[in-house]
Amino acid sequence: MLLDRNGGFRPDSWRHLADDEAPADGEAVTISFKRWQAEPERWSDRTRPLGLRLSNDVPPAAFGPAATRFALIVLNFPRFIDGRAYSQARLLRGRFGFKGELRAGGNVLRDQLMFMARCGFDSFEVDAERARAENWPQAFREFEQFYQPAADRRETILRQRLRSWQTAAE
Amino acid sequence: MALYRYDEFDRKFLEERVAQYRDQVRRRLAGQLSEDEFRSLRLMNGLYLQLHAYMLRISIPYGTLSSAQLRGLAHVARRWDKGYGHFTTRQNIQYHWIRLEDTPDILAHLATVQLHGIQTSGNSFRNITTDPFAGAAADEIEDPRPYGEIVRQWSALHPEFSFLPRKFKIVLNAAPDDRAAVKIHDLGLNLRRNEKGELGFEVLVGGGLGRTPILAQTVRDFVPRRDVLAYITACLRVYNQYGRRDNLFKSRVKILVQSLGIEKYRQEVEAEYAAMGVEREELDLPDAVVAAMQAQFAAPSYPDASGDEAELNQALAAEPDFARWVKYNVKPHKAAGHAIVVVSLKQPGKVTGDCSASQMELLAELADRLSFGEIRITHDQNMVLPHVRKAALYDLWLQLGAAGLATPNIGLASDIICCPGMDYCSLATARSIPIAQALATNLAQREQEIGPLQIKISGCINACGHHHVGHIGILGLEKNGAESYQITVGGSDNAQAALGGIVGPAVAAHEVTATVDRLIDVYLRLRRDGEQFPDTYRRVGLAPFKEALVVAR
Amino acid sequence: MGDPVFRLVTGNRLRDGKVIYFVGAGVWTPLIAEARLVEEWDGAALLAEAQAGPPPHPAIAPTLIEATRDGERVVPVTLRDRIRAGGPTIAYAGG
Ligand code: SF4
Repeated sequence: MLLDRNGGFRPDSWRHLADDEAPADGEAVTISFKRWQAEPERWSDRTRPLGLRLSNDVPPAAFGPAATRFALIVLNFPRFIDGRAYSQARLLRGRFGFKGELRAGGNVLRDQLMFMARCGFDSFEVDAERARAENWPQAFREFEQFYQPAADRRETILRQRLRSWQTAAE
Repeated sequence: MALYRYDEFDRKFLEERVAQYRDQVRRRLAGQLSEDEFRSLRLMNGLYLQLHAYMLRISIPYGTLSSAQLRGLAHVARRWDKGYGHFTTRQNIQYHWIRLEDTPDILAHLATVQLHGIQTSGNSFRNITTDPFAGAAADEIEDPRPYGEIVRQWSALHPEFSFLPRKFKIVLNAAPDDRAAVKIHDLGLNLRRNEKGELGFEVLVGGGLGRTPILAQTVRDFVPRRDVLAYITACLRVYNQYGRRDNLFKSRVKILVQSLGIEKYRQEVEAEYAAMGVEREELDLPDAVVAAMQAQFAAPSYPDASGDEAELNQALAAEPDFARWVKYNVKPHKAAGHAIVVVSLKQPGKVTGDCSASQMELLAELADRLSFGEIRITHDQNMVLPHVRKAALYDLWLQLGAAGLATPNIGLASDIICCPGMDYCSLATARSIPIAQALATNLAQREQEIGPLQIKISGCINACGHHHVGHIGILGLEKNGAESYQITVGGSDNAQAALGGIVGPAVAAHEVTATVDRLIDVYLRLRRDGEQFPDTYRRVGLAPFKEALVVAR
Repeated sequence: MGDPVFRLVTGNRLRDGKVIYFVGAGVWTPLIAEARLVEEWDGAALLAEAQAGPPPHPAIAPTLIEATRDGERVVPVTLRDRIRAGGPTIAYAGG
């Protein structure tokens, strides 16, 4: 099940192809980075919505420039303490202009959701039963303001202060 | 008083953080979170599990406290602990007897005085440290604390860097005389001016002690002040992507820098920095923000105290014990007629860095009366009253003395840095406190003759007691079920930072005092005029120290 | 040597972190003298029994340790476990 940044649950409508599986016509599928690298032409015909699954050790330079051709990118958290995908997400959004759906897979826990959402993730692969029982959607609303600029483009506390000083000075 | 005051944003943020944590504790106690899942959450709020209880570490940003904050800390000690706290080498305080159930209330109480445990553990930014004399020292370029507060805010619950390969310690320094041990931190910021007179930072990366002690190296000589957050972001992003996660002991940024080489690491950082684009603007630190922050830390308006000297001189002449205390514990202040007073938490026989609730309350009161309400914590585990009028020194000395806080030993042999060791810490391989007590008691009689000497003790390889950079360093180990201690000499943590050399096989607990005596004797025999221990060591090398121990065996 | 070495299970209590010892049948005690001592070969079974139960488990990280008997007293073999049982070996500040 997927949890959305806005707090809703929905089923996953994508099929995640193993490297030796063939897609049906027009079907929305994700492929591994390895598969895409091996045969980029085969997947560039744009006859289907295409998604990419990236492991967290792929350097940004390798996937960044091609990011915009995908409708979905799935980043992976093999263990919740392994935070490499936060930087990947930040770069996909901030540097490589990726506007599609950014999804977090792997070991996604409630108390990491807020960080992930701020780095630009839209959706999260979760155990829906546990997520409902523990009210995971609340995790997105625990803080109103933040100190750092991030992919969510919320105005930082620093900028808000600066604005209020400037108005005060006028 | 001129310390940072939280505004509505800061207050709200901290309240939300406490509420979030309260819910995490609730979920843990209800069985919704496993210990594994909860551990990383509690650590992000500074809660450890030690040998006898939970330990709660509270951040003291850039080592500065207001009197109200110190009273808050005293209250926690009294109400929720056993009446004392322990100041650490990270300018933090930790409480050793905490109940999990109480922690949300403790943090809620501390939030009312602008204190928190955010990121005092875990694999993220740790408390930002600096010169304990900041804002009072005569030799600093500028008070570094406004930058400390800016970095503190920027690093709090950072969306991208809260799950780094390992902890990350940032240190700030603004004085030529490094009192902040810059080179043993993951990232150091040295405030400086370029040829044009503009302010900026030298950025050093990759220092740290532990199993593999390494000193930080310069990544860039000068980063303009307004770009500093963007530059640090680049340094961190390279680390977050390439730092090792497969081996706990190789996961600090120092290992990344070592394995890439500083050149390659620099290239990566510079490439990232150059590519940042719009992010650079978002992280821009406008002069207006710095100025507003500086206004919060504005120096107090010191009264004209130029007449104080005469009064002080009289007291000095009349009372040799007072004169001795002034000689070692009182440091020059930038304002005429004022002084920086170091309050020793190293009374021989007591526990290094421990401070009772009543001592904290007394210090808060003295700070209100005599030091514009300000207190500092040093990385040597002492406290500081930073702005004391010279005419008040005598009275202050009497009051501190009555509370066991006027030991005249700052920088001397009994001013020992010491981690909690096996008396409290679950990672320890040996005790460190009893060793410090024995050494301090033994050395107190001749410490004036010895002169400046830094002894540093850690209870395990993690090196919280900074033993590698002690003039004499002691590392507690376990050998065949017994405590044993490895001794190093010649380390130093100032601007000429150096790592000590091992003098021989580890010794048993009861041999440490005699061994240290012998090492000190070698130094006294060989030192030339004006030389401190590390100077002599640099000149004569390790051999004479090793020999003295071989002969003794 | 010569004293027989027993096994017992210890952990820290979830709610307050206090050192506790496993008595059996889901019961834990802060007093090491009340701990259930078993022979070496029964250690694994004791640990398994101590670890069982639905979340939240009352003890964090149940661990098997070694101890000897000295009359009525139970004395852990390692210094670390003796400090856990007896508290810090140094006097500490009080309010
Ligand atoms: S050096 Fe080791 S024993 Fe000492 S406090 Fe650090 S982890 Fe604990």
